[in-house]
Amino acid sequence: MDFITNHPVLVVSLVKIALLLFIVLTALAYLTWFERKLIAHIQSRWGPTEVGAHGLLQPLADGVKFLFKEDLTPPGADQFLYILAPFLALALGLTTIALIPFGPPSLTWMGVPIFVVSNTGIGLMFVFAITSIGVYGVALAGWSSNSKYPLMGGLRSSAQMISYEVSLTLSVVGVVLLANTLNFNTMIEGQRGYYLHFIPRWNIIPQIIGFLCYFTSAVAETNRVPFDLPEAETELVAGFHTEYSSFKFAMFFMAEYANMITVSSLATILFLGGWLSPFPDSWTFMNYLPAVLLALLAIYLIYDTFVLARGIAKIQLIVITFGALAITAGCFIPIVRDAIQGPFWFCVKIGAIMFFYVWMRATLPRFRYDQLMAFGWKFLLPVSLANLVVTALIKVWPFLVGRG
Amino acid sequence: MSLPFIVFFVFAFIAVFGALTLILAKEPIHSALALVLVMISLAVLYLMLGAEFIAAVQVIVYAGAIMVLFVFVIMLLNAGSEERTDWSKIAKYAGMPLGIFLLLWFGHWMFRSTIGKEIANGSLATTTSVSTEEMSRMLFNQYMFPFEATSILILIAILGALVLAKRDDQ
Amino acid sequence: MNIVPVSYYLVLSAILFGLGIVAFVFKRNIITLFMAIELMLNAVNLAFVAFARAHNQLDGLVFVFFVIVVAAAEAAVGLAIVITVYQNRQTLNIERINLLKF
Repeated sequence: MDFITNHPVLVVSLVKIALLLFIVLTALAYLTWFERKLIAHIQSRWGPTEVGAHGLLQPLADGVKFLFKEDLTPPGADQFLYILAPFLALALGLTTIALIPFGPPSLTWMGVPIFVVSNTGIGLMFVFAITSIGVYGVALAGWSSNSKYPLMGGLRSSAQMISYEVSLTLSVVGVVLLANTLNFNTMIEGQRGYYLHFIPRWNIIPQIIGFLCYFTSAVAETNRVPFDLPEAETELVAGFHTEYSSFKFAMFFMAEYANMITVSSLATILFLGGWLSPFPDSWTFMNYLPAVLLALLAIYLIYDTFVLARGIAKIQLIVITFGALAITAGCFIPIVRDAIQGPFWFCVKIGAIMFFYVWMRATLPRFRYDQLMAFGWKFLLPVSLANLVVTALIKVWPFLVGRG
Repeated sequence: MSLPFIVFFVFAFIAVFGALTLILAKEPIHSALALVLVMISLAVLYLMLGAEFIAAVQVIVYAGAIMVLFVFVIMLLNAGSEERTDWSKIAKYAGMPLGIFLLLWFGHWMFRSTIGKEIANGSLATTTSVSTEEMSRMLFNQYMFPFEATSILILIAILGALVLAKRDDQ
Repeated sequence: MNIVPVSYYLVLSAILFGLGIVAFVFKRNIITLFMAIELMLNAVNLAFVAFARAHNQLDGLVFVFFVIVVAAAEAAVGLAIVITVYQNRQTLNIERINLLKF
């Protein structure tokens, strides 16, 4: 017990990391469910419905399938690199969650803020550093498979990633200029307040071009449609993860979603105001919004359980309904209600960006590789640079004109 | 053995291990990955020395872009995977011991020198990190000319690489 | 003492530099030679940062910044030259690239 009180930072950090890893890994699994259901509904079909109630146990079934598949290694593959590549990709994808603030740092437990694991002065640069190293996972996967389709896919994919990294970083510098800092919490605090009393002062409004460049580069960086030529099935036989089976393939899959979560969190922190609520702080009744939404969900689940479901789905739905009711009751407790505001709005914003990601996947065709590279270098990079120059000019305009 | 010492020795050991793997690996791709490991452990050491901006720049530029370029070239050329390291006899039996002796001698003198002593006796305060703002002030005020000169240097490097890599029929 | 003395970092820098020289002298692949040069540059960067901390000045850090940038430019052009050499001689072994013209 002495150890806990003498080393609060270490103990609280370990607890936070364990909880965050658990939550993020579950979120990754259910992101696959979300994607499949949403694409299906956009395409006028149902998506997974068999496995659990509303297909909610589908990720579990997929996980079990991945674990029990035969684990092949292609002949002539470089053993060490072949095993290292998916681990590297997944580990780097999960490392950035240590830097993301999910809520205000003022909420503390034993003096350590609970919603951010590491509140460094240069959080933004660290996130970019970790995504830079993520290129190695893809390149090594392509190389170590000892086969020409993965090698081509790996080289193309990593060339695409490093090309779009440049415009990703440049489109963010405009936000850094506005915020005068690289620290995430300070950036979010700078986005409080309102234009015209009802439009939140989020960075997306002055930096709309920056946001569009950032989002496009982020989609290309994470190898998603419409930039997913290197891993498309009709083009390169699944690209750099062709020769991977069972759990290593699942790790690449999870790494892709983890990268998506990373760039979405960056987009919300930099452009959408992070954990800030769009409603003024004086509207304290809005604190009940998460509880109200969960109550509505619980009511829908009760209707679903007792009216619509049959058989085993009914039992599963009863369990889920109880869980939803318990969480709803919890959200009415004042401490929980006030603490959960930050993470709630953060997750809503990330959910909105994920919705856009999946929406694009369901509707857009993909770019050819040379079109992709030309777009990155010849259009996005000059536009990001122009955004940076214009932002800097507007910022120092008073000094230039002599009024500063 | 307080925590900073443990962290220092762990990452120093990883750096030296990476450098040894660079020398002893048979495939160039393993040497490239070992060098990436060295760079990342050096970035952690820069963090311990309080230079957080330089640590981030090291990982982004050096480990994340330059070494990716090396890995690309190794993958594209796909040559040199067989490497016979038959060192000459003089190098093996006289060079290595002499090299190790030289290294230990330099290390010994470095420990004994006056600069080393006064640094080692804690003439520094606690490790405060250098903020990005201070570094950028220095970069844009005193070192403005080298800054602009390196941008021209990078432009020349881009042109040089383009010219060298162009095929003759284009 | 609670902080690591700067001389420890200098010794590590010397060791890495020495290993870089050993790699440069004994390896045969051109790309591995380049990587040995980068290792030496990194060792020197570590010495710069250590001295910048020792004297509490920022000039060392700015110098490291420039060394990294120059290393990037050098790596780009150097690897382009290596690719051209490979296209002409079909080998990356420096012992076989010892004639200026066939």
